[in-house]
Amino acid sequence: MSSTPSATPATAAARRVRRRTAAGSALLAGAVLLSLTGCGKADMTKQASPFAAAQGAKSVTLSVQTWIGAQANVAVAKYLLEHELDYHVDTVQVDEIPAWDALSQGRVDAILEDWGHPDQERRYVQDKKTITAGGGNGVTGHIGWFVPKYWADAHPEVTDWKNLNKFAAQLRTPESGDKGQLMDGSPSYVTNDKALVKNLHLDYEVVFAGSEAAQITQIQQFAKEKKPFLTYWYQPQWLFNQVPMVEVKLPAYTDACAEKGAKDPTTVDCAYPTTPLQKYFNTDFAQSGGAAAAFLKSFTWTKENQNDVSEMIASDGLSADEAAKRWVEKNPDVWKRWLPGK
Amino acid sequence: MSTAAPPTTPGPLTAADGGPLRTALRHRGLGKLLLLAVAAAVLVPLVRATWPGATWPTGLTVDLSGPLGRTSDWIIDNRDSHPLFVYVLGHLSNAVVLSVRAVYLLLLALGWTGVTAGVTLLAWRVAGLRIAATALVSFAVSGLLGMWVPTMQTLALMVVAVLASVVVGALLGLAAGLSDRVFRLLRPVLDTMQVLPAFAYLLPVVLVFGIGVPAALLATVVYAAPPMARLTALGLRGADPGVLEAVSSLGATGRQRLLTARLPLARKELLLGVNQTIMMALSMVVIASMIGAAGLGDRVYQALASVDVGAALAAAIPIVLLAIVMDRTTAAAGARLGSPADTTGPKALRGPLAWAGIAVLTAVLAVAGRLAGSPVWPAGWTVAIARPVNDVKEWMVDHLYSGVPVVGGTADWAAHFTDWVLNPLRDGLTALPWYGALLIVAALAWLIGTWRTALTAVLAMAAIGVLGVWKPAMNTLSQVLAALAVTLVIGFAVGIAAAGSRRLEAVLRPVLDVMQTMPQFVYLIPVVALFAVGRAPAAAAAVVYALPAVIRITTQGLRQVDPGAVESARSLGATRRQLLRQVQLPLARPALLLAVNQGVVLVLAVVIIGGLVGGGALGYDVVTGLATGDLALGLVAGVAIVCLGLMLDRVTQPTARRTAKGA
Repeated sequence: MSSTPSATPATAAARRVRRRTAAGSALLAGAVLLSLTGCGKADMTKQASPFAAAQGAKSVTLSVQTWIGAQANVAVAKYLLEHELDYHVDTVQVDEIPAWDALSQGRVDAILEDWGHPDQERRYVQDKKTITAGGGNGVTGHIGWFVPKYWADAHPEVTDWKNLNKFAAQLRTPESGDKGQLMDGSPSYVTNDKALVKNLHLDYEVVFAGSEAAQITQIQQFAKEKKPFLTYWYQPQWLFNQVPMVEVKLPAYTDACAEKGAKDPTTVDCAYPTTPLQKYFNTDFAQSGGAAAAFLKSFTWTKENQNDVSEMIASDGLSADEAAKRWVEKNPDVWKRWLPGK
Repeated sequence: MSTAAPPTTPGPLTAADGGPLRTALRHRGLGKLLLLAVAAAVLVPLVRATWPGATWPTGLTVDLSGPLGRTSDWIIDNRDSHPLFVYVLGHLSNAVVLSVRAVYLLLLALGWTGVTAGVTLLAWRVAGLRIAATALVSFAVSGLLGMWVPTMQTLALMVVAVLASVVVGALLGLAAGLSDRVFRLLRPVLDTMQVLPAFAYLLPVVLVFGIGVPAALLATVVYAAPPMARLTALGLRGADPGVLEAVSSLGATGRQRLLTARLPLARKELLLGVNQTIMMALSMVVIASMIGAAGLGDRVYQALASVDVGAALAAAIPIVLLAIVMDRTTAAAGARLGSPADTTGPKALRGPLAWAGIAVLTAVLAVAGRLAGSPVWPAGWTVAIARPVNDVKEWMVDHLYSGVPVVGGTADWAAHFTDWVLNPLRDGLTALPWYGALLIVAALAWLIGTWRTALTAVLAMAAIGVLGVWKPAMNTLSQVLAALAVTLVIGFAVGIAAAGSRRLEAVLRPVLDVMQTMPQFVYLIPVVALFAVGRAPAAAAAVVYALPAVIRITTQGLRQVDPGAVESARSLGATRRQLLRQVQLPLARPALLLAVNQGVVLVLAVVIIGGLVGGGALGYDVVTGLATGDLALGLVAGVAIVCLGLMLDRVTQPTARRTAKGA
């Protein structure tokens, strides 16, 4: 707030009022803050959600990523934590990299499926030690380029990248202009597609759907019309059960290519690796999380298990909780071994 | 956004000043254009000699990725130790958590009976029986949809966010209303805030506060406080000088004058400010869920991740209902201020005892609810709407997507729109030399405003170039212009029709309310299903969002045309069409310009969100920045969006409105 030297009586008075109100409100705010928080430090990285369960209740917060596979992990973990171990579970939907940040701050206790973020791993696991690696979740992920099966059946040669240019004309859309469309999804997903298109001299334009939801909607729409398309996609994914797709073979993944790519991502010219999906825990939680931490550490299952749950959620329209319940009832031998002390 | 009357009601010009005024304007306009042409003739060859090529010269860009990246690293490394975070921001964040929690626990303690009764009685007392009934139905519907707990979470967040916004806004407005210097300082800031899409500043907030309720709440306050500040300042500054003179001649001190004259005189603006703040805060519910707001917004967001429009709608309906109830209640309270107090509501609810009565009744019902069963809505009393809604959506998509006889399917329209409108426009704007773009902006802004507005517009445009995002910005601009054109064509047509028929207006009103308050995220997926991934669905969503404001302002502008002028034209034998073209539309020109201005700002906000459905350009950069925690990418795109918004606002904002401009 400013003060004018040539203040009229009104503004002078107003200023007095303002100063008094300002001082008053500052005092009040200060008093409220202090009484609320106690004196001294307030580390906001240690604050819980206002909607978390009342104190005393055992509670765990899990990060849910936007893709369904991750939702399936969380749904089952949540169901078992709540029904077998009497925890209260909160879930937070966060994108991948912000989720690392939230995990290091203790806003979430665990990420159950990570597709590999070396930068974050270096920063939080190795340097700051606020996050602890939790081992694999048993599922292996693979990213690649896919075409629908009905199209690949009619044109088997399309599944080799060397022939892709021949089909570019068929894959034109208004968005890709006079090139073929290679559809990418959410910006948060790991992708080298722009570099691949350039380095493999493909007559394609990468079109970003902007979110996985938009990408899935578009794929379903293409499939309904039996139109050809080429998309960035990944396994395991429930959509394969609805829209069967075949992977396009890209130049083989090699360590040399990976090294080159790590230095300069624009030089990548080979396929994506297969990634064993990892779990990560907040360090405090891993050390003193009790039964919940022990349970989540031993949580591993298979791609088929995960897809069963994913599909119940995504295409049968069940709530995540209901899907988890059905899966848990059917597969006790899988989850019994996750329970601590049994 | 507001479902209330647009804050500015441009004064009707009488037919008599219309002619000469416009001629004068044209002359002055010609002079301005001439001056610009001269400037261009001198500068353009110089510029072309120095920087050949049409795109913004790389020599004139500043690369901020280094410093921004370092800032981001510093914040992450020091967030749990640096005094600024531990002693200041940490307490702020903690206060947010505790106050939201307090409200949430109170709402839970009241139970569904208590909350419903309390809100209904409050609405009855403040705004009358009809709105009370709306409130009752709204809460019942939220419960029926199985959304009781998320609704309470959102309500708790909203209560705190709105209170904080109103307090912050009122304090700023008070300062700006009483001191000219503060007003001058604050006005450009508020002007900028007004065109700032909320999406643009989620990233910095998240970086500092982390994902969670504090970040979401603060982003909401930043978004919702400006209208309160602006309207408070306007209300205080607009007080009748005669009354103030009279009050001071009675020997009132400055403080007395403020409390007994200026503030009471400004109470209409104050209430309008509260109303606008509430609406802005509610419009943030879903966007803030991207950074951890929980509640209804989170349900919408999660449902969309699994492409479940039905579930998203079930969570969005309570948001719409909350918005409508809060808007109607505050608007009615504002409208009643002029009339004698306590004329609505039943006898039992009048007078000072009423508040006590409401409290007691609420408490009784809360206890009754507790005794009868669970404090949250009974699980058995819910209706699942997700499946039927999804079926309807599927049916629509199946039947409209393509191959519809004669008109073609929606996908074909989208393809044509992209091929024939968006692509040429984008290519044209990208091919346009940058100095040409600056000149056009200068000419437009100067013709319609003053040299100051022109300068702001040009500088904003230049800033986009300096930031090195000229090309994506041109792409975004092309989407905005195309969507705006569609919005205006439809909006003016419907607005004119509604101005001619009270019945149509009455039918439209609830539809427009829903369109305006429905979170854009809900219709992002259906538009993708209908228009395919790309820029076309982004434009379609923008049209849906911006239409209500344009229709409303057009209708209102036409209605406010001087009835005398209309009557005399009619008595001269003008047909309805002549009347419209030659009398009503010219006289309603200020309102139509206002509609363009509002339309542009709203379209921009959604075109940015269109980054989520393949809109690309700046919106995609913001989404990417947010999703990958890349401050450099996200912040630069965010600032560019702000600049684009500023430029578009200045180019469409007539001077006359600047002083009277509301929220």
